[in-house]
Amino acid sequence: MLNLEFVIEGGDFTKAGQASSEVKQILKQINIPPAHIKRIAVAMYEAEVNVVAHAYKGKMSVFIDPSKVYLKIEDEGPGIPNIEQAMQEGFSTATEAVRQMGFGAGMGLPNMKKNVDEMQVTSEVGKGTIVELTTYIT
Amino acid sequence: MEEQVFHHALTILEDVCVGCTHCIKVCPTEALRVHDGKAKLLSNRCIDCGNCMQACPVNAIIIKHDDFNDIFKYKARVALISSVLIGQFPRHHTSRKIYSGILEQGFTHVYEVEHSAGILTEEINRYVAQHPTIRPIISSFCPAIVRLIQVRFPSLAENIMLLKAPLDLAALSYKKELIERGYAPEDIGIFYVTPCAAKIAAVKSPVGEKHSPIDGVINMDLIFNKVYSGFKKEQKSTCIVPEKEQLRPEEMLWSLTGGEAKYINGRCLSIDGISNAIDFLEGIENNDITNFDFIEVRACDQSCAGGILTTANRFLTCERLEERIIRYESDREQGKIINNKTIDKHTHYIKENISIEKIEPRSMLKLDEDIEIAMQKMEKIRKIRTFLPGIDCGGCGTPSCKTLAEDIVQGKAHTSDCIFIQTSLNVPKDQPIRAEKIWGTDRFRKLT
Repeated sequence: MLNLEFVIEGGDFTKAGQASSEVKQILKQINIPPAHIKRIAVAMYEAEVNVVAHAYKGKMSVFIDPSKVYLKIEDEGPGIPNIEQAMQEGFSTATEAVRQMGFGAGMGLPNMKKNVDEMQVTSEVGKGTIVELTTYIT
Repeated sequence: MEEQVFHHALTILEDVCVGCTHCIKVCPTEALRVHDGKAKLLSNRCIDCGNCMQACPVNAIIIKHDDFNDIFKYKARVALISSVLIGQFPRHHTSRKIYSGILEQGFTHVYEVEHSAGILTEEINRYVAQHPTIRPIISSFCPAIVRLIQVRFPSLAENIMLLKAPLDLAALSYKKELIERGYAPEDIGIFYVTPCAAKIAAVKSPVGEKHSPIDGVINMDLIFNKVYSGFKKEQKSTCIVPEKEQLRPEEMLWSLTGGEAKYINGRCLSIDGISNAIDFLEGIENNDITNFDFIEVRACDQSCAGGILTTANRFLTCERLEERIIRYESDREQGKIINNKTIDKHTHYIKENISIEKIEPRSMLKLDEDIEIAMQKMEKIRKIRTFLPGIDCGGCGTPSCKTLAEDIVQGKAHTSDCIFIQTSLNVPKDQPIRAEKIWGTDRFRKLT
């Protein structure tokens, strides 16, 4: 079991994606099939950008064993009042400034769900959000 | 797959190499190591981009091409040139004069690769429309980029369009033309005058094709030097070029940045320079960069005008080729343009032979075929890295502390190859290490 941890800074879009790129490199090195990497990379990147866009700070933990890749993205931030609504395509609470940078199209959570086998979102308003993503390697 | 031997045009001259670390530092695929005081190339990682050749301070890296005299084995000796060769010459030398200068060297025909670009543009547009689920489609034009994707971005291999490059299409159709003109196939020798190493690799070990239709490759600097010294000596050319057919304006700029993407329908973009290419492909892989229909990606800054075997300044080459269009327009006004191009006769033949086979990824990154073993190795690499100084000095002969850790785990290097670790082992614990003054105390004695 391989365990990696990355700190994600809120609000800094120039660094958004760094953690994902590092994890992606490791997935390639341990010979996870390219098709899986592609989907995990998409979900992971969306999750990382979400933290940058909405939270103050966050942490991405990656647990890999030969049968699955499990990602846990925890943040300290405003939380999500209505998860069901946030899961709908196009729903976004991103500010105009964030949208102008090309983020905040309301595709984050739905896109993550599409690209992993299991997804769990738990959130507490005013405290933060935890997103868990699991991909089984077949 | 892994055992396959890849042809590389880049060759290290052992007796010239001084074993410094310039080349290992600039390689985008970490394909070079210093061993026994000489740089060594890891064949399955090299993509023939030529970065190392540019960085070498003693010119120990060369591009091996075919013997020029090989052309005389054939009755029809075709110099297949890129428009970029025309752009090497100062502007007062007309393309007609350059053609005759090339013929002077012993060739019997000169033909420009970009003649096939018009038909290819049509076919790319058809391809992009017929593959709506693959986005973006990545051009197959630059062989260094095709190889970069194979080794570093395996999940994007399926995005590369499965169409031949203009080079192959021009060679195929011109060979057919000469056969129709009465030459026996074995009497025709098609020699590509290359601006870079990657194109040589593409001819000698093609991706997605069994054989290349090209019989030999000659470096562009050699041809330029031969022709240009003739001009300098002001020799009167004995080879008079008849009114020759010209490239169409859009074909003239095809090998330059934007030359391809400009004519493809949908949202397209052109990227040049290998580090820009890596950044962009990384973005596509993360789905950070989306909604593009087609991207043209070229390894060299200013595309082929910046090829490692070019002589002229890349920006002047671009300017020169832009001027070619202006001349074309004035020729057209004077009715000097031949409208029927040789290649148009062979449109059907080209279209029938335009496809290449699926491009297989060949990841150089994987530590082991077996995921479990690969994971154990990864764990070890991460542990070893905590002992290494992290300054990527190259003193161990590998490009970075990360590559040293990987090589150690793969049994190709030792921990003591690190000169920082060596130093800390050799100085008694209670004595200071001189280099600590430079690098700080915490980089040493991590192991002791």
